[in-house]
Amino acid sequence: MATVQDIEFKDPLARTAQAAEDLPDIQDERMVLNMGPSHPATHGVLRIVLELDGEIITKADPDIGYLHRGDEKIAENMTYTQFIPYTDRLDYLAPLANNVAYVLAVEKLLGIHDKLPPRCQYIRVMCAELARISAHLLGLGAFAMDMGAVTVFLLAFTEREKIYNLAEAVSGARLTTSYTRVGGVMRDLPPGWVDQCQKFCDEFIPALNQFETLLTRNRIWVDRVRNLAVISKQDAIDYGLSGPNLRGSGVEWDLRKKQPYLCYKDLEFDIPVGSVGDCYDRYLVRMEEMRQSVRILEQCIKKIPGGADNKSKEPVDYNSGKVLLPPKEKVMTSMEELIHQFMLVTEGMNCPPGEIYFGHENPKGELGFYIYSKGGGVPYRLKIRAPSFVNLSIIPKIFQGAMISDTVAILGSLDFVMGECDR
Amino acid sequence: MTSSEAANKLKAKFGDLISELPEFRGESSVALADAEKIVEVCRYAKSDLDFNYLVDISSLDHYGDDPRWTVVYHLRGLGHGCELRIKTNVSEEISKLPSVTSVWAAANWHEREIYDMMGIHFRDHPDLRRILMWEGYPYFPLRKDFPLAGKESDMPGIAFSKPSPMEGGPFVTVAGGGSATAREPRIRIPEPETGESTGLIEKK
Repeated sequence: MATVQDIEFKDPLARTAQAAEDLPDIQDERMVLNMGPSHPATHGVLRIVLELDGEIITKADPDIGYLHRGDEKIAENMTYTQFIPYTDRLDYLAPLANNVAYVLAVEKLLGIHDKLPPRCQYIRVMCAELARISAHLLGLGAFAMDMGAVTVFLLAFTEREKIYNLAEAVSGARLTTSYTRVGGVMRDLPPGWVDQCQKFCDEFIPALNQFETLLTRNRIWVDRVRNLAVISKQDAIDYGLSGPNLRGSGVEWDLRKKQPYLCYKDLEFDIPVGSVGDCYDRYLVRMEEMRQSVRILEQCIKKIPGGADNKSKEPVDYNSGKVLLPPKEKVMTSMEELIHQFMLVTEGMNCPPGEIYFGHENPKGELGFYIYSKGGGVPYRLKIRAPSFVNLSIIPKIFQGAMISDTVAILGSLDFVMGECDR
Repeated sequence: MTSSEAANKLKAKFGDLISELPEFRGESSVALADAEKIVEVCRYAKSDLDFNYLVDISSLDHYGDDPRWTVVYHLRGLGHGCELRIKTNVSEEISKLPSVTSVWAAANWHEREIYDMMGIHFRDHPDLRRILMWEGYPYFPLRKDFPLAGKESDMPGIAFSKPSPMEGGPFVTVAGGGSATAREPRIRIPEPETGESTGLIEKK
């Protein structure tokens, strides 16, 4: 005959109180927990040393630098053009946007930033916006997957694949694009590319709607991310956050609007801002930014000078002969071009002495380049203001008091890339 | 308010300490003569001139010149949208200036990075540790006297004990002066190695 035994099962609160009574000597004892550097939710190699009181984080100390390659040192030892491939490897989820940001900085130093032909500007804007969608899709997919919604991750990657195909068609590489050049782009858009881009835009909006149905009003998702890690407006500005993290806190600041570069002045788009500054707001801001990027892309497709196939032969680079390599047939036949070619290859373009800072609205935030030039083809100092680096500095502040199970949600909502954080 | 007006206001407030540098590509810069006053200047810029956003702090190494260091602050007001660059020089013997973390929290990591990469110290910084390199690393890699290939150290457990091989790698361009031949990008074969290839450096 089976014996029946009653077990008294108290609720968690009562159990905690009981434990505190039974074990007075472990009161106030903190546990130190190491998270990373290779943890699926750290999106690379971020290590966080957490100090816990039970399940509550009392202190968080981010440890970065595992991906430090010395990009700034490398930049001091090569010409401006040679550094373009290194920018692919900063935010490797949006290499096209990094390429655009870097060459715009060098063009500002050269003083040719307002002489770019319109077609080149439109091509660059399209590249930057495609990169924004691609980066936000990965940020969204990884964020959702860390919360257990694996479907979103797979769907997001289906869409990213199309952007990779577009990048491959335009530059020959899917990830390490190195598409831009100082003064222009590597080559004009290939035939049929604009139609492919339009096809992507048409297919992307329904896909985005599908993500929204999976997440935006999903009870589990909303409960997990709402009112979590609230960053006040004041803190966001004080810690120098940028990009969707800053706008999620309700600060309307977007360099595309506030300091317009390229042809953003001629394009219509809105800047979404959050109201609370929690993880949910940052998610919503990214979703809306993708819609706005599609809006920009569609306008570019309509307005691009020369049309899809550039029948009117609009120039795609500013070629004074002293910035970009001259055409090969001229190098072979003309003395002047041969000299330019030789000087550009051996010494690099002759930049004036001076210093500039250029900030570009990258998917993760403001990617800035501070170039201090003493003249010649090599920067004396090139400082990269990486958005992920600055965005991560708020971790000790917002982790304090959060639950340990929320760490992955907070990290997902900050959407960082260690490649550019560590440089 | 424009950037140059902000620069003039700083000049009116701090007098000879502030000198305006020539405008380049539409960017205003001011030089601060005494690095010790940087906190006062920044606090005034934040409270009275509304530069509430610190974009970046970077550093320059004028190796061979005195003063050796320049610390560069990029300020921005999100309200008025103006930007201002403040530069201040620090000599190599001092290599120290006050921290502006009390003005903007964003300065914390920027200053840690400058300490890590250049070896300039910041007084009153709450947590001045290495950030990109690891604790115990003996050098400051962004200094101009630190070679691109790295430096040997006698701490094999902590830092690399040999410089990295540069031969066979990409073309190496030598920055700075010299003739075009000396500067141009070309393969530079390092000195032939002597000693054992144990990875350990012989004690001299």
